[in-house]
Amino acid sequence: MSGRTALLSGNEATAIAMRQARPDVFAAFPITPSTEIPQYFSKFVADGETPAVFVPVESEHSSMSACIGAAASGARSFTATSANGLALMWEELYIAASLRLPVVMACVNRALSGPININNDHSDSMGARDSGWIQLYSENAQEAYDQFFIALKTAESVGLPAMTCQDGFITSHAVEPVELLEDGKAAGYCGTWKPGRTLLSGPVSMGPYDGAEFYMEHKRQQSDAVSQAFEAHARAVREYGALSGRLLDPVEEYRLDDAEYAFVLIGSSAGTGKDAVDRLRERGHRVGLLKIRLFRPFPAEAIARALSGRRAVAVMDKCDGFSGSGGPLAAEVAGALYGTPAAERPELRPFVYGLGGRDVWVEEFFGIYESLRNPWAADAGRVEYRGVREEAPV
Amino acid sequence: MSDILKYFRQDRLPHIWCPGCGHGTVTGALVRAIARLKLDKNKVCVVSGIGCSSRAPGYLDFDTLHTAHGRALAFATGIKLARPDLKVIVMTGDGDCTAIGGNHFIHAARRNIDITTIVMNNNIYGMTSGQYSPMTPKGFLGTTAPYGNVERTFDLCKLAEAAGATYVARGTAYHAQMLVDLCEQALTHRGFSVVEALTQCPTYFGRKNKVGGAVELLEWIKDRTVNSKAAAVLPPEKTAGKLLIGELYKNPQPEFCDEYDKVIAQVQRKFDGFRGGVRGCEQNSD
Repeated sequence: MSGRTALLSGNEATAIAMRQARPDVFAAFPITPSTEIPQYFSKFVADGETPAVFVPVESEHSSMSACIGAAASGARSFTATSANGLALMWEELYIAASLRLPVVMACVNRALSGPININNDHSDSMGARDSGWIQLYSENAQEAYDQFFIALKTAESVGLPAMTCQDGFITSHAVEPVELLEDGKAAGYCGTWKPGRTLLSGPVSMGPYDGAEFYMEHKRQQSDAVSQAFEAHARAVREYGALSGRLLDPVEEYRLDDAEYAFVLIGSSAGTGKDAVDRLRERGHRVGLLKIRLFRPFPAEAIARALSGRRAVAVMDKCDGFSGSGGPLAAEVAGALYGTPAAERPELRPFVYGLGGRDVWVEEFFGIYESLRNPWAADAGRVEYRGVREEAPV
Repeated sequence: MSDILKYFRQDRLPHIWCPGCGHGTVTGALVRAIARLKLDKNKVCVVSGIGCSSRAPGYLDFDTLHTAHGRALAFATGIKLARPDLKVIVMTGDGDCTAIGGNHFIHAARRNIDITTIVMNNNIYGMTSGQYSPMTPKGFLGTTAPYGNVERTFDLCKLAEAAGATYVARGTAYHAQMLVDLCEQALTHRGFSVVEALTQCPTYFGRKNKVGGAVELLEWIKDRTVNSKAAAVLPPEKTAGKLLIGELYKNPQPEFCDEYDKVIAQVQRKFDGFRGGVRGCEQNSD
């Protein structure tokens, strides 16, 4: 079952990582496309493969509440969800983060209603980007598996909750070879969580009213913890690399060395993008790709380093921020580039693509590349939608 | 059949339900009741949440609203208050209504708002592939209960009655004619009316529990139910462990919108020259 390569979907690989990370509590409510994760996990519980307690609750509001309660009493607590399930957890997301409880969640990205849609984009987890959770995005099932351990390690070392994100159906349901850790090695990497104070360790009051006298100090501490998460994440990545031979840095640079143009994106489309880069390189075009794994905290320096000196970069969001100037990734990357010297700063073009499961093809990248090489069309607006019908259905 | 087709958005058919699913029977029963009552299509609003049950309004040619998981009754409450002249119907499932939406259900019942709620109870979360729900019988299997569910179920009809619903009935997809009658009674009742419709899910519940296909499941439903009128005269051993079907509770009480209007009317009398709109509030803000 472990220490070998297996053919797994992203959901099954994640469920295995969750079992190997030895949680005490797993609480969940079914929602497509993450449902399989609690299903696999409930079988592990029933088969005696994990001593964890499985709590099938009546809503996601309750699953996150159960995780918070369990973590507050010192239990390593996991959950999984998607889209509206994540949205229903909203108030608890902030509470988990502010109580500094390292709950770890597998988010399987799906378009957030409405209109209702069960397919992939990033509108669910991107909405939670300011909730105080660490966020890691995966390109494929292997990364979804690996980054679950890294998320856990980072979360527990700084006392912040973390979510790993993988693309619904594309990653969660497609089956591919995944190299698994041996159970013992995985357990050794995860260790045991040593919480500072827990509900059952003595008289502790968690979550009481925090007025103007202290609220801001607590927020400052939370902010400091997020800053410390950079180093904690780097350490977790290094240790995981030594263990597995796979290095999952905050960003992955693909054929960027001498690139004049670059695609910047998150998630499974990076695979298609790399293929597009290869084909464009064959034709002599100097183009590369930057994939972002760590979105919270946002690795602005690494991104600025990777992109400065390029002629133009296409920042591709699978989510419209409805700000009038593109999605959240475009805004964050623009912020990261603001500190670079003007002469080094590439032109930034925001693109929105792949919403609600709209397929993205290699040709889409060719089109974006063509757009990048040409001056910004005056009538293009401040954000370009790709792969969209020009005439909207009535 | 042709008399009810006009209530369907025929261009949206065929539906997505699995072969043998009972949801079509329940939807058909509701539509037949509407046809019998000759309700004006433009005065009927059907609201749903999420799940297999909640796909039904998409096929129905009324004003329909497909909302968030468990929240249909909350949306429907808003519709009914804004447009009390509409016949508001909620189509929901056992997961949608009794788990994530349980709170809305008991409070809609408590208020006795004039909404008819049809609960398609197939004892499982069908849309997400067979997790056990609050209506999965103890000991039965679900994908989240591979060795049997240890939780007890709600008696949904008793819950509705205790929470304040003023018309409560239970029917089944097996007793299809009776279900039409129950839907008709519920639609004509002024107040919060609930029809729990036991229906079959051969794809997940039947297969997972090795009960069989649609026919066997319908027989299983038949065998675990007994008509409430018959039960009254049967010896206890004949009814033990069985669910009663038929009209289970009817107790007309003041309806929420009516009570609300009374308060508005009182306030209007107090303020001379008050000119209200439908609910007396449109021109009362400045």
